This record gives sequence, C-alpha cells and structure tokens, in this order.
Amino acid sequence: MNVKKQLMDGLIHQNPVTVQLLGMCSVLAITTTLFNGIGMGMSVLVILTCANIVIALLRKIIPSKIRIACYIVVIAGFVTVVDLILKAFLPALSESLGLFIPLIVVNCIILGRAESFASKNGIAASALDGIFQGLGYTIVLIIMCVIREFLGNGTFGGGILNGGEGVRILPEGIPALGMILPVGGFLTLAVVIAVMQHFLSRPKKSEQKEEVAK
Amino acid sequence: MSSFTTLITVALGAILVNNFIVAQFLGICPFMGVSKKVETASGMGMAVIFVMGVASAVCWPINKFILEPNNLIFMQTVVFILVIASLVQFIEMFLQKSMPSLYEALGVYLPLITTNCAVLGVVLQNTQNSYDFITSVVYGVTGGIGFLLVIVLFASVRERDEFSECPKAFEGFPIALVEAGLLALAFLGFSGLDIFRFMK
Repeated sequence: MNVKKQLMDGLIHQNPVTVQLLGMCSVLAITTTLFNGIGMGMSVLVILTCANIVIALLRKIIPSKIRIACYIVVIAGFVTVVDLILKAFLPALSESLGLFIPLIVVNCIILGRAESFASKNGIAASALDGIFQGLGYTIVLIIMCVIREFLGNGTFGGGILNGGEGVRILPEGIPALGMILPVGGFLTLAVVIAVMQHFLSRPKKSEQKEEVAK
Repeated sequence: MSSFTTLITVALGAILVNNFIVAQFLGICPFMGVSKKVETASGMGMAVIFVMGVASAVCWPINKFILEPNNLIFMQTVVFILVIASLVQFIEMFLQKSMPSLYEALGVYLPLITTNCAVLGVVLQNTQNSYDFITSVVYGVTGGIGFLLVIVLFASVRERDEFSECPKAFEGFPIALVEAGLLALAFLGFSGLDIFRFMK
C-alpha cells in the first residue's frame, strides 16, 4: 500500500475535478461562499470514504452484473444519512446547498471511485482513497470559492467569518456580480483547470505542483 | 388544478429562464462529455427529454401514494434513484423490442442517463415545489427540451474548436468551459423575461 502515492494522486495527479473531470455540477453550482465549499467538500469526503469502505467490504459478494445498482444503493444510503444530519445540526448549510446534497448520489466522483478503486482494492486502501480523493475535491472547491467570492462579492469567508457576512476586502460596488452567477463558475473552473494543465504538462519537480494545488 | 397559464410559465421557465444546464448547473457531466459533435449531442438531448418526462410521470404517484401516506419522505433520494435506474433499464429493453429504430438512434446514451443529475434533480424539484401530476410531467419534458437546446448550441460551438487556435494551457477542456460560460452569459439575458406580464 503506497500512502504517499495515493495522497499525491488524490490531490494532484488524479485530482477528481481538475484531472478526472468528474463531479462538475456541484463544483460549479455551490462555490459561491467559503462556507458552502467547505460544507460540500466535507459531505462528499465523508460519503465517499464510507461508501468506499462498504463497497470494498462487499466487493466479493456483489455480482458483477448488477454492481452499479448495488453501488448506487450503498451511496444513496450514506447520502440520506448525511442529508438528515445536516438538516438537524447545520440547517443553514442544508438550506444553502439545497438540492445538491441529495444529488451527491449521482455525483460521478463517488460512483467512479467505487467502480475503479474500491471494487478492486482492500478496505484500508479504499478508505484512504476516499479520504484523499475527497480532500482533492474539497481543495478545488475551496480554491473556486475563494476566487469567486472575492471577485463576485468582494468578501472572504462568507458564511463563517464575521457573523456570516464574511470579511470585506473590496468595497461594495466594485465586485463583478457575474462571478457568482453561472458565468463566473464556468470561467473560474476553466482558469483553474488551465493552470493545472499548464503545470502538469511541464515535467518538473513535484514542489511546484504542490503550490498550484494550494 | 394547473391552469394553462401556469403550465406555460413552468414550460418557458424550464426551457429558457431556469435552464437546467446554464442556470441550475444540473447535468453538466453529459453536457461536457457528449457535446463534441452535434449529432451525438442531439441524440443525448432526445434521450434526456424522454427519460425526464417518464421519470417525472412515474415518480409522482410513487411519492404521492406510497411515500407520503407512510411517512417515508426521508427515503426519497434512495427510492427515486432506484426508480430512475430501473426505469432506464426498462425503457432500454422496451425500445430494443418495440422501437428498434429509436433504440439505435439513442444508442449508448440511454444507460448513461442514470447518472445524469438533471433527471434526479427534476424529480426532486417536482416534489419540493409540490407540483401536481400534469405540471410535473410538463416540467420534466420541457426541462429536457431546454437541455437539448443548450447541448446542441454548445456542440455546434465546440465543433469549431479544432480549427481555432487557443493558448496551450487552455486546449481541450478549459476552452470548452469558457465557451460554456459565454453560453451561460447569453442565457442570462432570459432571466429578465417577465412571463406573467405576457399572460395578462
């Protein structure tokens, strides 16, 4: 088991969003405040890890013909658990993420990892894979949130800092509202992936890549 | 009961104002994945219209007559995704048997639709907005039409990618995202559309 390789894969070389290009819907839709980004990232991390563990446990029992349906049931179960927990303990987050919490069921990242990793590897490796892939997803979400919130709203840490208002960096009137509208989502993700491609295509040491990921 | 006016409002809203892809970010994966050619894009769009309409029609009675009376609303996500997955499988078998020409036209896109979040999204929105049966079906079908419209427009833009130069880092996926962003910007123009005023 190669922990370091798995970590680097999850964060950079096989990053679920910027390299595997999975789970675009939530990345584009909810990255308007830092609070949303962290909340969504953590939810996906938890669901991905739990689902990976259970699927790795059951990988020898599940018949291969109906495996996709089985995976979906496992994933949907965990999504429902997380959905109910958020509704009970973090109603504000549940409200602002709305439809996108139940839609984690059809998030390709989770089904993709179940199919390509958890169904072939042991429990410990699958759990680590869930955590690292979840972290890679969360980091991209946070980068997107920080950029979009700063350019679109002129604040940092909306939903968490300063009583939910966020710390204001740009004065009101200057920020381009378009950045928190759908347009901004597409453009920001395009730039993030382009930067990633630029650095990955250059055969350099991994230190530089780390900077990009952060 | 749903009046004709509300149906028109729901329909125009689903196609233009609250378009599933460019305004609500549902179904981005197939939108990005199968939009390299206009033909494949329109095939996918057709399949989505079909499945979204049928899924809305099937899930509405399940929610109304099974989940609600038994206080099982919290099971919605699990039940709906299972219904959609089996529905897609069923439609596939049915089409193969009775309408081979349509089956061949939809091809590989039919099974892919299970993981299209627009389908689960439309069903969940139907229950959240407590639409009645007819409105649900109209919302499903017109949401699919909106999907078809955007994916075909996007594919025809993307077909030109190969012949245009762009910065090296942006090649491939990022430039497609930029194009999608511009498309979203264009559709933003519809958000000022005041449908109710036309109706009066």
